[in-house]
Amino acid sequence: MSDLDWDVITRSLAYVLADGLGFTMKLTVTATLGGIVLGTFLALMRQSRLAIIRKFAEIYVDTARSLPLILVIFWIYFLLPYFAQWVTSAPRPVSIDAYTSAFVTFTLFEAAYFAEIVRSGLRGIKRGQIDAGYSLGMRYPQVMTSIVIPQAFRNMLPVLATQTIVLFQDSSLVYVLSLTDMLGAATKVAQRDGRLVEMYLFVTVVYFAISFTASQLVQRLQSRVASPR
Amino acid sequence: MISIKSISKSYGAVRVLTDCSVSVSKGDVMVVCGPSGSGKSTLIKCVNGLEPFDKGTIEVNGASVGDPKTDLPTLRRSVGMVFQSFELFPHMTVTENLCLAQRKVLKRPIEQSRKRALELLQRVAMQGHADKYPSQLSGGQQQRVAIARALAMDPTVMLFDEPTSALDPEMVGEVLDVMVSLAKDGMTMMVVTHEMGFAKQVANWVVFMDAGRVIEKTPTDEFFRQPSSERAKDFVCSIARS
Repeated sequence: MSDLDWDVITRSLAYVLADGLGFTMKLTVTATLGGIVLGTFLALMRQSRLAIIRKFAEIYVDTARSLPLILVIFWIYFLLPYFAQWVTSAPRPVSIDAYTSAFVTFTLFEAAYFAEIVRSGLRGIKRGQIDAGYSLGMRYPQVMTSIVIPQAFRNMLPVLATQTIVLFQDSSLVYVLSLTDMLGAATKVAQRDGRLVEMYLFVTVVYFAISFTASQLVQRLQSRVASPR
Repeated sequence: MISIKSISKSYGAVRVLTDCSVSVSKGDVMVVCGPSGSGKSTLIKCVNGLEPFDKGTIEVNGASVGDPKTDLPTLRRSVGMVFQSFELFPHMTVTENLCLAQRKVLKRPIEQSRKRALELLQRVAMQGHADKYPSQLSGGQQQRVAIARALAMDPTVMLFDEPTSALDPEMVGEVLDVMVSLAKDGMTMMVVTHEMGFAKQVANWVVFMDAGRVIEKTPTDEFFRQPSSERAKDFVCSIARS
């Protein structure tokens, strides 16, 4: 072990953390927030009285969940330009950069998973709570936003957090689009300087530290905000 | 004020209400009783459109509940409802429970809705618990808050769906006291309950239901002196025994 060069970590710290981890975080936060919003809409659509709306959400969620993320990333990156061309009737495929493509894909993909989480959360709210809202003269959006969704999210918090942590770890798949996240940055340095052990040990520790801390924080938060029963 | 005409309702093949007709006039206190499964709760939930019905008409303050053109949220503003299991919003304090619909539905300014909330909490003797969460209250206290929450909308009629059935016996009295005082103040009330003491004390009509039908609707004195149907007689006897 004496020939390990730990200095390589300090030398590349700015690159791996600021550029690499910075990108990973940005992608995680965007896809989580976007995915939760979109996922909530999908979950509500699955409860719609209109069969077509219900069906659309169902197909969307089931399709996304039946495909590996890495393939979807690939497909959207290569297909979206042609789709955009078709929509805008442009003369050639609209070029969409890898960066945008990654954000769009992760958000759309995660929405399907969040939709299932939100759906089970919504189902956990008793009919009586909804009736109580309606009996006070509230309308559907008011009942949802003031009564059902706030309670459902409190109960879903641990599962949402788990999904976010999985997403944080999955974000390294952007390497297929030649984007540099934390793992990508570390890999580049490792290969350039021939310091694989040091760099991979370092990112492992960082991934672990962030994921572990996040899950601990969420457990605490959960016990504070959970709907008292 | 409420006029229910020939209501029928089925869940698939199961008939839960058959040809029920009942009307409640302004200032009436009507108790609806009957064995469990007789359709009382379903009937009262039809009144504010929480349960759809298949046949017949229900009019509340002149608006038809079953008519798709009727805006149910508007109709429900004037119809307060109290549930068996209270249904306070667990993620909000007592005051927030009382203010939510005042703010969202009646668009009352925050100060005004808080003032109204406090008045009503005083009325149900819960003013000391304004900032507590429902889980910190006993069942009787939660139900009193739930009554106050319904009153905050200034309803013209109040529906009670077995308001004391989920309570420990020692808490029934405090909830009934609130309901009695409400009745004495002239509130129009339709109350599904087994509390015959309450019926005797303040109701002017008793409706007896069995197997989805309204068996009789009689003035209270008459109902207790001499129920006209055998089934109501049995029911009154069985309640008296318990």
